[in-house]
Amino acid sequence: MPRYLWFRIAVVAVVIVVAGWYVYPPKQRINLGLDLQGGIHLVLGVDVDKAIENVTERTAADVRTALERKGIGAQVTRRTITGIQVQLTSPATFAAARAVIAEFPALAVGASDPAAGRLEANLTEPEVKRLRDFAVRQGLETIRNRVDQFGVAEPTIQRQGENRILIQLPGIQDPARAKALIGKTAVLEFKLLDEEADVQKAVQEGPPPGDEVLYGRRVDRTTKAETRVPYVVKKPVLLTGDLIQTAEVKISEVGEPYVSLTFNSQGARIFGQVTEQSVGKRLAIILDGSVNSAPVIRERIPSGQAQISGGFTADEARDLAIILRAGALPAPVQILEERTVGPSLGADSIRKGIVSTAGGALAVVLFMVIYYRLSGLVADVALLLNLLILLACMAGFGATLTLPGIAGIVLTIGMAVDTNILIFERIREEFRLGKTVRAAIDAGFRRAFTTVIDTHVTVVVSGVILYQFGTGPVKGFAVTLMIGIVASLFTAVFFTRLVFDLIYMGRRRLQALSI
Amino acid sequence: MLQIFVKTQYDFIGKRRWAYLLSIAVTLAGLAHIAWQGGLRYGIDFAGGTLVQVRFAQATTVDAVRKALDGVRLGDSVIQGFGDLQEYLIRVPAGSGSLEETSKRVNQGLRQAGLPGYEVRRLEFVGPQVGRDLQWQAVEAVLFGMAGILIYTAIRFDFRGGVAAIIALIHDVLVALAGISLTNREMSLPVLAALLTIVGYSINDTIVVFDRIREMRGRGIRKGESLADVVNAAINQTLSRTILTSLTVFLVVAVLYTFAGEVLRDFAFALLVGVVTGTYSSVFVAAPIVVDWENWRESRQRSGKKAVVKASTGR
Repeated sequence: MPRYLWFRIAVVAVVIVVAGWYVYPPKQRINLGLDLQGGIHLVLGVDVDKAIENVTERTAADVRTALERKGIGAQVTRRTITGIQVQLTSPATFAAARAVIAEFPALAVGASDPAAGRLEANLTEPEVKRLRDFAVRQGLETIRNRVDQFGVAEPTIQRQGENRILIQLPGIQDPARAKALIGKTAVLEFKLLDEEADVQKAVQEGPPPGDEVLYGRRVDRTTKAETRVPYVVKKPVLLTGDLIQTAEVKISEVGEPYVSLTFNSQGARIFGQVTEQSVGKRLAIILDGSVNSAPVIRERIPSGQAQISGGFTADEARDLAIILRAGALPAPVQILEERTVGPSLGADSIRKGIVSTAGGALAVVLFMVIYYRLSGLVADVALLLNLLILLACMAGFGATLTLPGIAGIVLTIGMAVDTNILIFERIREEFRLGKTVRAAIDAGFRRAFTTVIDTHVTVVVSGVILYQFGTGPVKGFAVTLMIGIVASLFTAVFFTRLVFDLIYMGRRRLQALSI
Repeated sequence: MLQIFVKTQYDFIGKRRWAYLLSIAVTLAGLAHIAWQGGLRYGIDFAGGTLVQVRFAQATTVDAVRKALDGVRLGDSVIQGFGDLQEYLIRVPAGSGSLEETSKRVNQGLRQAGLPGYEVRRLEFVGPQVGRDLQWQAVEAVLFGMAGILIYTAIRFDFRGGVAAIIALIHDVLVALAGISLTNREMSLPVLAALLTIVGYSINDTIVVFDRIREMRGRGIRKGESLADVVNAAINQTLSRTILTSLTVFLVVAVLYTFAGEVLRDFAFALLVGVVTGTYSSVFVAAPIVVDWENWRESRQRSGKKAVVKASTGR
């Protein structure tokens, strides 16, 4: 009686039941990758330098205010991405200015020239590092908000490397729209229009000092033709989008959708002041540097409510409202990689994957039965068990099945039986040496074992590296291959041995071996 | 009992010079072809660029698609059939505008040309930065893979065995690359996955042979038997399993090559080449190197001893 027979039977039974429980029903349990169900895969690069530049710019402004408050005359400018320069009106105020700057914890005073009244300060190394990290994390959070509000089933939004964001949206119908929603920086600014300036002249010769030329688009209602319209606006930003409390789509009396904004209390106060001081003037609403509209301020608006209209379609208005609610990205993002797969291609790939898996399995199963007869049949059952465990692990880990992943399964079919071949060939060899059936089986399993382990380790080593390296689909390949190979240790060794023991148990004088 | 290669006595080791010659010739031819082409052909994964996969409602031709796109200025775009006569890949090299711009132009061109109705099934854009990063990472991945295998085999066998196995692996990867280049296929992410799989898998046959060599040496070498004899016997004794294990993998990869579609065809091709050369190199590269290394070491020792003897008699 082989050792622990009942225990081993129980182990196999438990594995089968648990695996079956995980896999059933397979359609719901196995996640399909984008290449199989269609969808969009994006890798965005966050322009972290831009985020840091913005902070440096803001810090320069803060330093300017602080110096002014102390009555120190100075010009403060951003010199590099992380550095600012302070040029004092009088070198005599150098020590006082230095003391003011020293109170900014994020700044470290660098090269300075007391005689010329010049100071340089840089954002500290840890601060820069924190800002870089923050820009990416904040960007990720904002994008997640936007995607959630847009309504995508099971999106993947992850940080990738230092400053990249990976986004996967399965089953998206309109990739261009999704991309516009995700990729917009969505910095909303309110600036006054300079109505005294000559727009033609500003475009040709450059704007008057303190002004800038921005463009907006105008769509002709009937022809749908787009034109670019220049505006001359005053540089100071009166109000920004981060003070927005909520934004929603409304429909005007003429049936045109627009976005209605409500500022939070601080925003409402500023908006009230701005509108009070500028009644009769035109306020430009600027999104990502492009003028959306420039309505005339008719009266003070104390409620903190504003509206953005601009010939939107219903979808455009809805997406803009989502973006404004979710907030701006701390830094612009750039699409580094994009892959869109249509649903019909995905369905095609699934069909081809199924045909390949079935074809591969059939070829191997037939080969094993023809070559090893009853033993081959045992190996085939082990192979099916392997596939069951493989799928169960995929379901259990929540791994994603991709087309290369299916290739990994097909490859597993070919490699898993290798273990059986190594064992069976060894048994045949021992048998030829004149051993009894039982002794040959014993020696076969025992002696082939180290070789089997070696071959498994090497495949897993390259699988791990492939997993580390790979993106999406290729990762899926590494996953199925590794699971399949490891599972084959259980099925091709443990399970096969058990079945052999059951078949040849008690028949000590047995001389024939179906192998 | 159905059997192949039972009690064979082929003299593999004796013919090793010819095998070396063949291996060197094939790898050199491959490398020369790659150099001649100015490097491997990289797919958009590595080179960057835009890819549009289009399926027409009825059969058409590459020429018709090219003519349709001539008018919309897409730079050096490449059009190739993809599977059947209805499906085509349009590839636009990096640096010719955004994905939006490219897909707009493609749509414009196809619509104006009066081709049958079509559906865009796949759109891919890879920025030049991502491609460049990936190229370097790919080389790293293959090197790390080999280093991992070297360490493992060196621990399990000995340093010499590890080095011989790695030389066989480099041989396999180079031959697979040669196959890719000679058949004008592209280096893409799936192909890289195939190369790494070859690294992990083709070592298996080598391990089987090495295990057997160790087992035989453990029993002690009989008088008058050289290492070459032992190695040759080990190869012969394990020949059936070396061939059979590769055969099953070859079968499934052939199925993939035939049925899994265009996306995986290059991947399957690289594996087909890798599985065959993996078996070949276990028998004709890895094992013979062990023999030659040992012989070289012995002859050096012997000549060293001779020198000592000479020195002592010369006094």
